[in-house]
Amino acid sequence: MRRRRARGGQGSVPVPLLVPAVVAVAFLVLPLVGLLVRTPWSELGSQLTAPGVGQALRLSLVSASLATAVSLVLGVPLAWVLARSRIRGRGVLRALVTVPLVLPPVVGGVALFLVLGRQGIVGRWLDEAFGITIPFTTTAVVIAETFVAMPFLVISVEGALRAADARYEEAAATLGADRWTTFRRVTLPLVAPGIAAGAVLCWARALGEFGATITFAGNFPGTTQTMPLAVYLALQRDPESAIVLSLVLLVVSLATLLLLRGRWLGRAGAAP
Amino acid sequence: MSLTAEVRVQRGPLAVELDVQVADGEVLAVLGPNGAGKSTLLRVLAGLLAPDGGRVEVDGEPWDDVAAGVHLPPHRRRLGMVFQDHLLFPHLTVTDNVAFGLRTRGAGRREARAAAAGWLARVELADLGARRPAQLSGGQAQRVALARALAGEPALLLLDEPLSALDARTRLTVRAELRRHLGAFPGSTVLVTHDPIDAMALADRVLVVEDGMVVQAGPPAEVARRPRTDYVARLVGLSLLPGTGEGTTVRLDGGGRVAVAEETAGPVLVAVRPESVALWPQRPDGSPRNTWPVVLTGATPHGATVRCELAGEVPLLADVTAASFAEMGLAPGARLWATVKASEVAVYAR
Repeated sequence: MRRRRARGGQGSVPVPLLVPAVVAVAFLVLPLVGLLVRTPWSELGSQLTAPGVGQALRLSLVSASLATAVSLVLGVPLAWVLARSRIRGRGVLRALVTVPLVLPPVVGGVALFLVLGRQGIVGRWLDEAFGITIPFTTTAVVIAETFVAMPFLVISVEGALRAADARYEEAAATLGADRWTTFRRVTLPLVAPGIAAGAVLCWARALGEFGATITFAGNFPGTTQTMPLAVYLALQRDPESAIVLSLVLLVVSLATLLLLRGRWLGRAGAAP
Repeated sequence: MSLTAEVRVQRGPLAVELDVQVADGEVLAVLGPNGAGKSTLLRVLAGLLAPDGGRVEVDGEPWDDVAAGVHLPPHRRRLGMVFQDHLLFPHLTVTDNVAFGLRTRGAGRREARAAAAGWLARVELADLGARRPAQLSGGQAQRVALARALAGEPALLLLDEPLSALDARTRLTVRAELRRHLGAFPGSTVLVTHDPIDAMALADRVLVVEDGMVVQAGPPAEVARRPRTDYVARLVGLSLLPGTGEGTTVRLDGGGRVAVAEETAGPVLVAVRPESVALWPQRPDGSPRNTWPVVLTGATPHGATVRCELAGEVPLLADVTAASFAEMGLAPGARLWATVKASEVAVYAR
């Protein structure tokens, strides 16, 4: 049965597509296997309880979650404006918003530094008026992660809004709902699976954020040293420790993905 | 007049120019082919589309007045709308769907749910309140949509092809129910449909629209009897006769009997298409079961046929070719025999 299906018919894969696809799978999966193979399982316990690991992990989880929260609060309304409003220059706005998607994160970090640093346009004013300095603080980590990750949320929520049937919103309007009520009671529940998917993407991107963070927030254990930074640093002096830290990040990412897939993402495809 | 509207909209190549007046308690059917501008009219009345010109006034209150720069947004209009594919909110229960309009207009949750339950009882779906729309049949969903539109006690009820997404059997029962609710509705109703039977069965007045313009207007029977264009004749050429089903016979309310192909019982509407009626100068031999003596009371030529208005125990419309009309030397007052095959007669529950 299986062989017959593989040879011909609709389910068969032509060789020019099959070979690159197999190579691609190997390319994506083998490094992860390598990571598992090289993991020093016997020292796992002591490595995990080493000082700094818990600290870096906690900082990573907290800052990625905060960045996701900020992205939700600001990004969902932005996605609505892009998808539903008729303001002029929407195309330009969308292009601007997606720039951080293609911008090398280091460049983002430099840009943030130039604006929010002590000598920056906004940063100097914050410093003089309120005595607030942002660079090299946990706040800077959250800002850097938000800068890099929010576009992922905006793009996926905008996609969900475009795919959702806008006539439900018209029906709500004929039932006396103004645009804000319609947004809260109709639009938001309809695109909830899309928002959840966007939030997961955003969170995962924030969790792995490296370039903008190290540029704008620096690498101070306890305040700005997130897991990716700790992994990079560990690789220089203690490769085994780097492997363990990487494994922790891998497990956290996969666990989050699986957890949310069961609860939310599985419904994204079935959403009306 | 409860609704007075002059609507001018340019939609691509289609220029919509429709004047509409609907009294309190009146049902106006806007009948026409797809793309005639019917839905555009409804969207303007709902406020979902701003007209390019004209005005919309309900109970003396201007909803749209292009010259004066007035455009009331949809949520500020006291209206209820039923859509072709019901558009019940999939994430809300049936009760919360019906309560939605009451909540947005300021009712408390408990109060709105109680009122919604009352409306669900009126459409005979009281025990489905906890379901989600996806768990309803098409007919049930459309009845919930009607309850949702009526629950806000609107001044204007807009029905956009409310029956066309339903299968034939469901359409009959929902149409009968819709008729009952429209009878009890005190405001103005505008029904958009491309199905002449919906228009005949539900409306007090019919507006036939083609290419954005009114082709003909009047009571359904009048429009059917005196079609002004070929298009209207084809569209609304139906004799609709109320009666009571008794097996394969229908006893008409106005007297007389009609033989039908299907068994029926209870109140029904009998529909006869004019092209299925044959006219004879004498009683035909081996008479079919449906043979009636009639008197020709009027004749309107359109195209190659003549629509004949027939009075008698069973009032009918008949289309005959212009040639045979001339051959029989027909003139008003002529006594004739009309026959129709039982299989050509459609029966609808009412």
